Amino acid sequence: MKDIIEPYVTPDGRTIGGVLMDMRNITLRFGGVEAIKDISFDIREGEIRAIIGPNGAGKSSMLNVISGFYHPQEGEVWFRGQKRPPMKPFQVARLGIARTFQNIALFEGMTVLDNVMTGRLTHMKSNMLAQAIWRGKAEREEVENREKVERIIDFLEIQAIRKTPVGRLPYGLKKRVELARALAAEPKLLLLDEPMAGMNVEEKEDMSRFILDVNDEFGTTIALIEHDMGVVMDISDRVVVMDYGRKIGDGTPDEVRNNPQVIDAYLGVAHD
Amino acid sequence: MLYREAGDFKTSYVADSQTFPIAFDRYRYWAILAIAFLVIPFFINDYWANAIFVPFLIYAIAAIGLNILTGYCGQVSLGTGGFMAVGAYACYKLMTSFPDVSIVIHIILAGGITAAVGAAFGLPSLRIKGFYLAVATLAAQFFLVWLFNKVSWFYNYSASGQINAPERFVAGVAVTGPNTAPWAQYMICLVFLTVCAILARNLTRGTIGRSWMAIRDMDIAAEIIGVNPLKAKLTAFAVSSFFIGISGALFFAVYLGAVEVGEAFGIQKSFLVLFMIIIGGLGSIFGSFAGAAFLVLLPVALKVIGVDVLGWPTDLVAHLNLVIVGALIMFFLIKEPHGLAQLWRLAKEKLRLWPFPY
Repeated sequence: MKDIIEPYVTPDGRTIGGVLMDMRNITLRFGGVEAIKDISFDIREGEIRAIIGPNGAGKSSMLNVISGFYHPQEGEVWFRGQKRPPMKPFQVARLGIARTFQNIALFEGMTVLDNVMTGRLTHMKSNMLAQAIWRGKAEREEVENREKVERIIDFLEIQAIRKTPVGRLPYGLKKRVELARALAAEPKLLLLDEPMAGMNVEEKEDMSRFILDVNDEFGTTIALIEHDMGVVMDISDRVVVMDYGRKIGDGTPDEVRNNPQVIDAYLGVAHD
Repeated sequence: MLYREAGDFKTSYVADSQTFPIAFDRYRYWAILAIAFLVIPFFINDYWANAIFVPFLIYAIAAIGLNILTGYCGQVSLGTGGFMAVGAYACYKLMTSFPDVSIVIHIILAGGITAAVGAAFGLPSLRIKGFYLAVATLAAQFFLVWLFNKVSWFYNYSASGQINAPERFVAGVAVTGPNTAPWAQYMICLVFLTVCAILARNLTRGTIGRSWMAIRDMDIAAEIIGVNPLKAKLTAFAVSSFFIGISGALFFAVYLGAVEVGEAFGIQKSFLVLFMIIIGGLGSIFGSFAGAAFLVLLPVALKVIGVDVLGWPTDLVAHLNLVIVGALIMFFLIKEPHGLAQLWRLAKEKLRLWPFPY
């Protein structure tokens, strides 16, 4: 792992800040199976951090540790310079960590607008009585948050479908709505679990552009899991490579590409 | 043609998120309210009030309550009858303990007490889901009915085990007791239903409603977004029970006047309200009205047609009612889980273009 903590400027002119999230010696076991073995890495403010690895390497488990679904048996999770105690997922969300899922997890019975508005839940404070009466604070809050949501809807170009129930949408749009819902929370850290799985080249290009735009315009730190090497190498600043629950590489795309262990994991190695 | 929204533009988010975004719907809503408040009270007689209007209004409140829990939050409950009983007995105890306080306050307090009981019985929902939760609420149903039978404090140690509503007045007009005018019964139920429906609608379109629906549609994703499942489920139980408690209080105090718990608030009542929201439409306030209207009107309509017009025996018609309800439940569960409300929405979508679909 690199030891530079000072902010630096990437070749394309973005500033990468200090450490936002620091995973220290994480070990996660399911019964006798070790899904993650003693992994440490950090995510720095403003960067796009990719986690790659073959199937079953423990990437999604790692994301689930970050978002509070799994609690590691060993190791510490540090977020914004503080050690995070074991938390439930909804508490993690309140810290400012949002995510999308590998298999889309939208609210199928609700419209696109309602789905994205749900993403702003952590920012809405009016109590139940005020909402029941729907005058004053509750209504004002609804409108303020609606404005923010509409900006995200514009940004991701889903204006035309805002009143459509999500169940009726095609796959690619659902992925985009899920991204919108995560963005609506104005997260400090955005986790994307295979945002481009099952997409064709054109949809992947669209999605890559949105991810870059999100990072660029909102300055959101992004950690993503992706299988498409081309995409990962193109858009990410630093890459963690996992295999069988271990970290086998960490660094810039170029460093990772030339790492012999990574090449072995992906291309296989001759055993003689 | 008949139903148009073209040219009905919104210039603010407030206008866009109102309950009836289409002007035509809004006019119809005001028209229905005007008829309900200004016309029907002058023409209502004892038969119409007791056979149709009062039970419809009360069941609509109960259906709204259950719809919040089952339709919006996705938690199946078979305890509606038991929670209505809590409302009824709470109202009775309040009426007899504090005779000087207005009945309206008693009914609202009865709702509040039911909300607390409902939230307590909602605690298992954090651990169990679906079918198992339904069984847990079924246990609540039987326990509550047993409790009100067993503990004589609840019915003030009366020999019959019944509770009787004493006469109470609102603005000098009797609304409970034997001398209540049909229009007074009708009006108090109507006022409660209108307020409950507006409150329910506001709750379901706002933040809390969205967190209920999020839990219903995908609880894992809801949690990751910041919905506290404990809070969402318990508030759903509490709000739902609040409405159901009010309907139970009205059912006892205004509609029946005298109640024996097993008979009035048995398991059949839980199923009746559940059928209402299934037929009317899960996750829809309008559906609660439609389902309540349908299941209140069906036996009356069958009786008028079958017994009075065609001269069939009464028991045949009563059984026919059960057959039709059973068949409809199956039909709606398979064909249209969103019930009459969805059929109504589809009809509106068709009517937007009719008769010139191009």
